[in-house]
Amino acid sequence: MQRIGVFVCHCGTNIAATVDVKKVAELVRFEPGVVHAEDYTYMCSEVGQQRIIDTVKEKNLTGIVVCSCSPRMHEATFRKCAEKAGINPYMVEIANIREHCSWIHKDMEEATEKAVILARAAIAKVNLNAPLQEGESPVTKRALVIGGGIAGIQTAIDIAEAGYPVDIVEKTPSIGGRMSQLDKTFPTLDCSSCILTPKMVEASAHPLITLHTYSEVENVSGFVGNFEVDIRKKARSVNMDKCTGCGVCMTKCPMKKVPSEFNRNLNTRTAIYTPFAQAVPNVPVIDRENCMYFKTGKCGVCSKVCQAGAVDYEQQDEIITEKYGAIVVATGFDMIKLDKFDEYAYSQSADVITSLELERIMNAAGPTSGHLERISDGKAPKNIVFIQCVGSRCNDHRGKPYCSKICCMYTAKHAMLIRDKYPDTNVTVFYIDVRTPGKNFDEFYRRAVEQYHVNYVKGQVGKVVPKADGTLDVQGVDLLDNKQIVVNADMVVLAAAIEPNPDIRKIATMLTASIDTNNFLTEAHAKLRPVESPTAGIFLSGVTQGPKDIPETVSQAGAAAVKVIGLLAKDKLKTNPCTAKCDPIACNGCSTCANVCPYGAISYEDQLVRGPGVNETRRVAVVNTALCQGCGACSASCPSGAMDLQGFSNRQLISEVDAICR
Amino acid sequence: MQGLIDRLKALLADGTVARVIGWKKGDMSYNPTPAIFNSVEDLDEFVYDGFCGANLSKMMIDATKLEGKTAVLLKPCDSYSFNQLIREHRVNRDNAYIIGIACRGKLDIERAKATGIKGITEVTGTEHDGADTVTFKTLYGDKEVAYNEIMLGRCYMCKGKEHVIADEVIGESKDTAVVDRFAQVAEIEAMSSAEKFEFFKKELSKCIRCNACRNVCPCCSCRKCVFDSTKFDSQQKANVDSFEEKMFHIIRAFHVAGRCTDCGECSRVCPQGIPLHLFNKKFIKDIDTFYGEFQAGKDPEAQSPLTAFTFEDVEPKIVSERSKG
Amino acid sequence: MPMINGEFRPKIVAFCCNWCSYGGADLAGSSRLSYPADVKIIRVPCSGRVNPMFILRAFERGADGVIICGCHPGDCHYSTGNYYARRRMTLLFSMLEYIGIENGRTRVEWVSAAEGVKFQATMNEFVEKVKSLGENVRLGDLRCKD
Repeated sequence: MQRIGVFVCHCGTNIAATVDVKKVAELVRFEPGVVHAEDYTYMCSEVGQQRIIDTVKEKNLTGIVVCSCSPRMHEATFRKCAEKAGINPYMVEIANIREHCSWIHKDMEEATEKAVILARAAIAKVNLNAPLQEGESPVTKRALVIGGGIAGIQTAIDIAEAGYPVDIVEKTPSIGGRMSQLDKTFPTLDCSSCILTPKMVEASAHPLITLHTYSEVENVSGFVGNFEVDIRKKARSVNMDKCTGCGVCMTKCPMKKVPSEFNRNLNTRTAIYTPFAQAVPNVPVIDRENCMYFKTGKCGVCSKVCQAGAVDYEQQDEIITEKYGAIVVATGFDMIKLDKFDEYAYSQSADVITSLELERIMNAAGPTSGHLERISDGKAPKNIVFIQCVGSRCNDHRGKPYCSKICCMYTAKHAMLIRDKYPDTNVTVFYIDVRTPGKNFDEFYRRAVEQYHVNYVKGQVGKVVPKADGTLDVQGVDLLDNKQIVVNADMVVLAAAIEPNPDIRKIATMLTASIDTNNFLTEAHAKLRPVESPTAGIFLSGVTQGPKDIPETVSQAGAAAVKVIGLLAKDKLKTNPCTAKCDPIACNGCSTCANVCPYGAISYEDQLVRGPGVNETRRVAVVNTALCQGCGACSASCPSGAMDLQGFSNRQLISEVDAICR
Repeated sequence: MQGLIDRLKALLADGTVARVIGWKKGDMSYNPTPAIFNSVEDLDEFVYDGFCGANLSKMMIDATKLEGKTAVLLKPCDSYSFNQLIREHRVNRDNAYIIGIACRGKLDIERAKATGIKGITEVTGTEHDGADTVTFKTLYGDKEVAYNEIMLGRCYMCKGKEHVIADEVIGESKDTAVVDRFAQVAEIEAMSSAEKFEFFKKELSKCIRCNACRNVCPCCSCRKCVFDSTKFDSQQKANVDSFEEKMFHIIRAFHVAGRCTDCGECSRVCPQGIPLHLFNKKFIKDIDTFYGEFQAGKDPEAQSPLTAFTFEDVEPKIVSERSKG
Repeated sequence: MPMINGEFRPKIVAFCCNWCSYGGADLAGSSRLSYPADVKIIRVPCSGRVNPMFILRAFERGADGVIICGCHPGDCHYSTGNYYARRRMTLLFSMLEYIGIENGRTRVEWVSAAEGVKFQATMNEFVEKVKSLGENVRLGDLRCKD
């Protein structure tokens, strides 16, 4: 029989205001196994924990129930506390009477009754708890970063600087990501490539960083400290060791009509290409779908002009398998598709563009060599309208419910740069709110308004109408003047919402990392563990976690790196002792459990089974506890109950059911 | 039958097998019982006729552990059970010699008695190559009944004459299916929820927990049945508790779901005549509907539907949506 | 019938997976999204951990409704647990309906850790449904013996 102590936490008034904590302690006092019950203001405080420790010693407790906040919050705290008191940390159960009770119920009688039931369930469970020992697993001291944008680059550099090898897997032919597409950056207006390129070169030159560009993660297995990842290195058709990066192949390639992804399809590129001049690595790839040689078997110009003999049409995709201790997701974002926002005439007029397209137009290396021109006729626009929140803060299914966070600032930047370079251009911005929290952000925005006289109109745009003369009528509402207005424009720029890279779902599934309804990866804790996934060993860097600008991305990238370094610095990791266990006496050796095990942790061996009425050698299931992650799929599929999950055993869960239904 | 016995004797005599699992005469001519024959002489008691309904595959779990090969007589439908046992690593195939024997449907003495036959002293015409009518010698004179009118319920839903596994097949079987195997299930599905409950309550309240269904079921082959252990119960129990009492048949059906070959032994052996196969058939019907046709035991390599999935599987709410529509 | 202030208060057991739905319930809590106190949550590592025996046990012990919440298909922390749960629960619920247990007493819902609002809405809906069905006398009484 256990000797259980029940400790009911007030959590200040968080619990005590709705749950009669004294009554809970009183009512559970006579539950089976309970030898002590008390309440205290803050159980998690040092004083509270000391009370637990003292009581354990004084009353020889063997089990502890803490009625408090969610176990996701403080289970670890109270387990450590139990350990200090000298009992096994797995002899602790938490009754969640805050998140699941006091915070959601108003009626004190009802909440107290429920708290008592939740406490009874936890007590019933502890009565069946058994001490569990954590195991150890080794750590592969190498990290993988998925995504080679500024987030991935920064994380990789920081990890490498701490002395650990890092691989970056980047889907496109070059690292650099979205930031490489930007012209200037707010609020300092420095040139994006000027500050990014050195980072790209640093990553590429770092002895501990390996770049896998034009590559994708194909499969992930294993667990924290011991991931095994298959990486598909797509056939580049150019030998990276031989290529000198001279670029002759690109100038001679006869296929020049392929839309340039890097320039957001505003101009074209060749079939053999690097996305942009500063690409790292500076080795072109052949886009086989558009290459004449691959399509017709004729051509081969690039191969002929290559002095280094680097072009290799026979190259095949290669799958490499690497082991990692930690994985950082830095897959970034894209802009949403605008097909559901036809009112803005994006599909009808070439002069309705997105902000990212404007970045390319304003960029000296872009399709217009940095001249502000209309895509339709190359003329300089005299009237430009910016429309904010296109698909952001959107309540219907067409857009995203969240604020994309960066649009207010980059629009102020665009407006300011245009007014600076082309002072005779009128710039109007339609906005819902202008949001400028951030260092020097509001000052920046005010410069746009006060110094550059950008015309900010509070109100939304209902419709953009392309007119016969090639201009666009922007029909909107000015909320401050409370009137309908029409602004004639030569160019309309849409601040389209940003969304996580569409590949993230596939990647999250491979990593078994949780994802929210907007496809952003979920943090282990929104406030306290913002760069970690709930899945151990997976870390979040950049917009994959939520919308953010460059400085925020870089700081988060560094934070993710620190977490990775902290993990890789360990030689051994403690493993979850809540693993499956097989009772050979009841095991049939039927293989049902092995069929549902996602980790291949169950194997079978012939064992001498001895027990009441049994003495024979037969096939029974054996769990490899280093591989078992404790999901319990095996135990739910086992008809005889031979396979059980420690810490969440059949009897423990049934006893909870019984306690609740009593 | 003599040919069959001669063959069995030869197998024993030349050492191909160490023993034979078949049937021997019972105390009445309509109740032969499963038996193990260890010698040529033992086989004198061997019998194979229309009343040999028992599925012998389960006996092979223990028999294939013994020294030497064991020959077993399996009717077409029994062969599915044997395959399923192979899939679950419960029998040692290398120690089994499977003789597929011919079947033209098996007889149900209760069905015969229900026609008003009493005081039976002897039954003739039940052999495989026998007549279309069965003759009952009774204290009140001879009675004749058509063979196919007094078969076991399951035989009217015969799975076919194919032996899915056999080392040799003796004789030609007959497919005796005449009704849709899910017709009864569909009838119950069409009832109102109150009617369904009343139907099952009436049937299940007859149960005396004799465990005959569990003992005969080739899928119910657990070393230690969950109902005999304390693995799920928070209390140590001396005997059956109320949970087991109330939920036994549903749990049993669930435990064999995706594994049950629909052999119908559970209903055949129930002394109270509870149509237990209606649980198993319901699972089979649902599995077929939701996840595609699946016959357990047909292919010993096939994954059971409950240890498999597809990304596009139906959601559990299909149950309510379907019952509405 | 358990009544409070003349109103039927059902007993409802919710099995929530540790990684998604338990987090969703926590988020509902920290966001103060109220739902009836009739719902009592049992934490399990994965929806795939839920043995049909637990559900039958709950009904036999007097539960009026049982709901299982797990990660959305594709998002299972253990990759595949919820896919097995989906099949298991579909078949079990269909069987319960077959023996006359109203389908409204059983439910599976996929709730992520970010879906506090969905957790609340699901529980509100489920409690309403079970309330409308009234006390569960059937499964508690589906006995083999009279």
